[in-house]
Amino acid sequence: MYPAKFDYYRAASVQEAIQLLQDHEDAKLLAGGHSLIPAMKLRLAQPPAIIDIGRIAELKGVSHDNGSIKIGALTVHADVAASNVLKSNCPLLAEAASNVGDRQVRHKGTIGGNIAHADPASDMPAAILALGGTIHLIGPSGSRQVAAADFFIDLLATDLHEDELLTAIEVPAQSGKTGSCYLKFEHPASGYAVCGAAAVVTLNDDGACAGASLCFNGVTATPHNASAVTDALVGQALDDAAIDKAVDANLSISDPMGDMHASGPYRIELAKTFAKRALKLARDRA
Amino acid sequence: MGKAIGQAIKRKEDPRLITGQAKYLDDIQLPGMVHAAVLRSPYAHAKINSIDTSEAESLPGVVGVFTGKDFADLNPLPCAWQAGGVNNNANTPRTLEIDKVTFTGAGVAVVVAESRYIAEDALALIHVDYEVLPVVVDAKKATEPGAPQLHENAPNNICMEWSCGDEAATDQALADADVVIKQSLRNQRLIPTPMEPRGAIGVFSPVAEDYTVYMTSQAPHVMRLLMTAFVFGIPENKLRCISPQVGGGFGAKIFLYPEYCMVAAVSKKLGGLPVKWMETRRENYIATTHGRDHVTEFEVAAKNDGTITGLKVETYANLGGTLSTIAGGIPTTLYGRLLSGVYKFPNIYCKVYGTYTNTGMVDAYRGAGRPEASYLVERAIDLVAQKLNMDPAEVRRVNYIPPEAFPYAPASNILNGLKYDSGEYEGALNKALELVDYKNLRQEQAAAREAGRLMGIGFSSYVEICGVAPSAWIGLNGEGWGAGLWESANVRVHLTGQVVVTTGSQSHGQGHETTMAQIAADLLGMDVADVRVEHSDTLGTPFGYGTYGSRSAAVGGVAIHNSVQKIIEKAKKIGAHMLEAAPEDVTFEDGKVFVKGSPDKAKTIQEVALAAAVAYDLPEGTEPFLDDTTYYDPPNCTYPFGTHVCIVEVDKDTGHVAIKRYLAVDDVGKKINPLIVDGQIHGGVVQGLAQGLWEGAVYDDNGQLVSGSLMDYALPKAHFLPMIETDSTETPSPVNPLGIKGAGEAGTIASAQAVVNAVVDALAPYGITHLDMPLTSQKVWEAIHSSGNGRE
Repeated sequence: MYPAKFDYYRAASVQEAIQLLQDHEDAKLLAGGHSLIPAMKLRLAQPPAIIDIGRIAELKGVSHDNGSIKIGALTVHADVAASNVLKSNCPLLAEAASNVGDRQVRHKGTIGGNIAHADPASDMPAAILALGGTIHLIGPSGSRQVAAADFFIDLLATDLHEDELLTAIEVPAQSGKTGSCYLKFEHPASGYAVCGAAAVVTLNDDGACAGASLCFNGVTATPHNASAVTDALVGQALDDAAIDKAVDANLSISDPMGDMHASGPYRIELAKTFAKRALKLARDRA
Repeated sequence: MGKAIGQAIKRKEDPRLITGQAKYLDDIQLPGMVHAAVLRSPYAHAKINSIDTSEAESLPGVVGVFTGKDFADLNPLPCAWQAGGVNNNANTPRTLEIDKVTFTGAGVAVVVAESRYIAEDALALIHVDYEVLPVVVDAKKATEPGAPQLHENAPNNICMEWSCGDEAATDQALADADVVIKQSLRNQRLIPTPMEPRGAIGVFSPVAEDYTVYMTSQAPHVMRLLMTAFVFGIPENKLRCISPQVGGGFGAKIFLYPEYCMVAAVSKKLGGLPVKWMETRRENYIATTHGRDHVTEFEVAAKNDGTITGLKVETYANLGGTLSTIAGGIPTTLYGRLLSGVYKFPNIYCKVYGTYTNTGMVDAYRGAGRPEASYLVERAIDLVAQKLNMDPAEVRRVNYIPPEAFPYAPASNILNGLKYDSGEYEGALNKALELVDYKNLRQEQAAAREAGRLMGIGFSSYVEICGVAPSAWIGLNGEGWGAGLWESANVRVHLTGQVVVTTGSQSHGQGHETTMAQIAADLLGMDVADVRVEHSDTLGTPFGYGTYGSRSAAVGGVAIHNSVQKIIEKAKKIGAHMLEAAPEDVTFEDGKVFVKGSPDKAKTIQEVALAAAVAYDLPEGTEPFLDDTTYYDPPNCTYPFGTHVCIVEVDKDTGHVAIKRYLAVDDVGKKINPLIVDGQIHGGVVQGLAQGLWEGAVYDDNGQLVSGSLMDYALPKAHFLPMIETDSTETPSPVNPLGIKGAGEAGTIASAQAVVNAVVDALAPYGITHLDMPLTSQKVWEAIHSSGNGRE
């Protein structure tokens, strides 16, 4: 509970943060601190320098523009969960954020820090993947955008380069007859997702499935996209039996994670159950 | 009785606790204080070949680095409770280990530095040459041929071998029974997890050549006794122990720990610099005692009408790598002798092997032995009910000890002739059944099953030995701890009429400052606000054995009662003198002395106290001041009891158990403060439910604690639980004049088996009769889906 020595810098702007990252090798960015600081207290992380970006105002807030919603990296989970823009146009993200940690954590932890850390049991990655989100990054050579599907590489590993800063997450606003939900089976100790299912379902006017997505947190090292299940649903009348059948026939997950509370095979069983429940609830909300 | 006992008043402690004004150990800053960090063994079993501290010593800011060899003159810590032959092979921790370590987390060196951060940096610069040895972590496997041997004086790792009851008679009962059910079960290891970890500050005075140690202890007087007489070999007046505000203990803060000795000894080596050590949560998990950890097989014999005729138990109790202070007493006196529960089992035999393993020390944890016994008995009752296809409530009913049988001596033999004091067990059951509307509940369950839902109803009827005290019992040579267990209280009425009660017990969340004030105020006819309770400093409080075993009210509270009675007698004498009446003509009521029949002309206790203090006009031969001290050793323990009911619903697709309802009907005798009793029951129930469903300490085969943090160890959270419903019956204890039984552990002793019985009841359609705790979702799901009736 006593971190090793480190130098502390506070960046007033994105440009200053990028410069500081170049100046200090192996430095770590500090946003809400809810992943980094616990690791430092246990001395699992011992960065020589910390660059605090927590007060860069331009990285905070939710904006809606032309069918696209941008969430600044430093927006805290509580603000994502309470955002009227998101609740009206992308309720899945707000619902997932309301599942993160506890009240205190949600008021300090940021969506950007969460995604950059890429804890596979966190609540946000599957939701962003299910929404087809885009990650905005900036570095010394300028800014770039990466699809969520390409961003998560492995356990705690992403496409974010060491000299880059994550600036925003962009998701499309929901359109048509669409419903979504985030359902979570909570780890009894940590509160993280043993299995978190994010589902989006869009219906045609005749009630058949026009499109769907289904992704999981907590089951595999990176969020798992069950596209075979949702592909099988497109064009179908979405009664319970059709959903059950699509999941049973098409949900295939390999290399699950496990721990003393929930083994890998059990997590796959949970995923089957949560896939069905999440798709049905998303359908009902559409 | 007056007007204060029985009042549900808010705690006097709460304003300072909830405004952050209370001073815990880590809030104490002393001039010149330095900070210690302990280097702990990363191996569960190893020889220490050598330790090189030179690099750590040269780090700027480091004040000193010490190893076990520096404290070789200090004795190993004592094991006070020596049941089952423990005295022959007690292997206890040293201030720092010298030659070998037997569990991960044992202390091998200490760094003292200007800040804790520097001390932690220096830990990485100490180089220990370990010779790693093979490891065993399971209590029973440790006794098997070929298992790694931890201590030369304990062949097969058996620390103690103990039994109670009549083996031949129990075997006969098993042979004669209509049905015999054999079951193995585990009572898993738990980590107490008080909100405040442990800590200590040691200050040596080179001038007075004495020590002061601030410590997070539930029993500062006992700590002084053990440190001076057993470890340091100095008289007790050379050590003052102070427990400041202590943030929870649950038993884990009863014991003497190496670090308490270490800070004192290091302060002496540093010429009297105050040395602070504050435990991290990680250290708390690996180096502070754990609870439970039994591997058990039992057989229960019954007649076809549900009458149980015999119970035979064999338990392997894991004691860890070394013995903690009272480790030997928990799986013996406080477990085997409780195996009759609330039932008139005619034949009981229990054999216990206490074993050494490469795991952290195991000692008392809330309930201490009694939850383990109660869990076994209540599972046995349900197994009998399931086997005979009887209602579990009915099997309980036919086996209860009837009210007319008290005082009752169970076949498990409590020891030294002690008997259950009083009980009305069926009354508590009936009340519980009525409150849950049992008949309808079973219909609801049947309807739920029809609809494919898994609803379960679980019972737990319990009795506990509380008010742990009688010296003739606990001190008994051969099984006890060779010392007394009475309690003390001093009561003073100052000249302003304000009362100070000092007690040898220690409050770390129980609310003594309120309940003990209620006792004194009630008897003296005063306001509770006018009574101040002081505790937890060996300087200024009479010797007392501390707070555990639900004993502070039932033993310490009675000591206050007795002191007040003596003060009232003296007040009557002085009051009679003030009223110019004969002492035999006056009485004391509602805080006033008056001539019988003439309450209008009275002297208040405050007026009498002033007269007693100024002392210029006292009856001849009367000492000044209203002040008395009592040392109270009760004739018996007290035996609270009750019935709890738990209602669950199991999600068959995930195995998740939802507790829908929890009702506790407890009989704790007379309540001093019903609000505090309710709080105790709520907290206790949650700790037991947590054992039933979530908590479990897990070591891997290398002796590493897998559940080593709160990210892995599943402490319950508020949203896991329904609002707990409490109700009570009241059967005053005849053991003490206040009729108190005790309430601190009741909830924990009752609740684990209530939820387990409920889950097993829910799963009965799958033919499931038992599952070991904790009933994690995965375990329940696997049980359903391997039963042949599940989804697969």
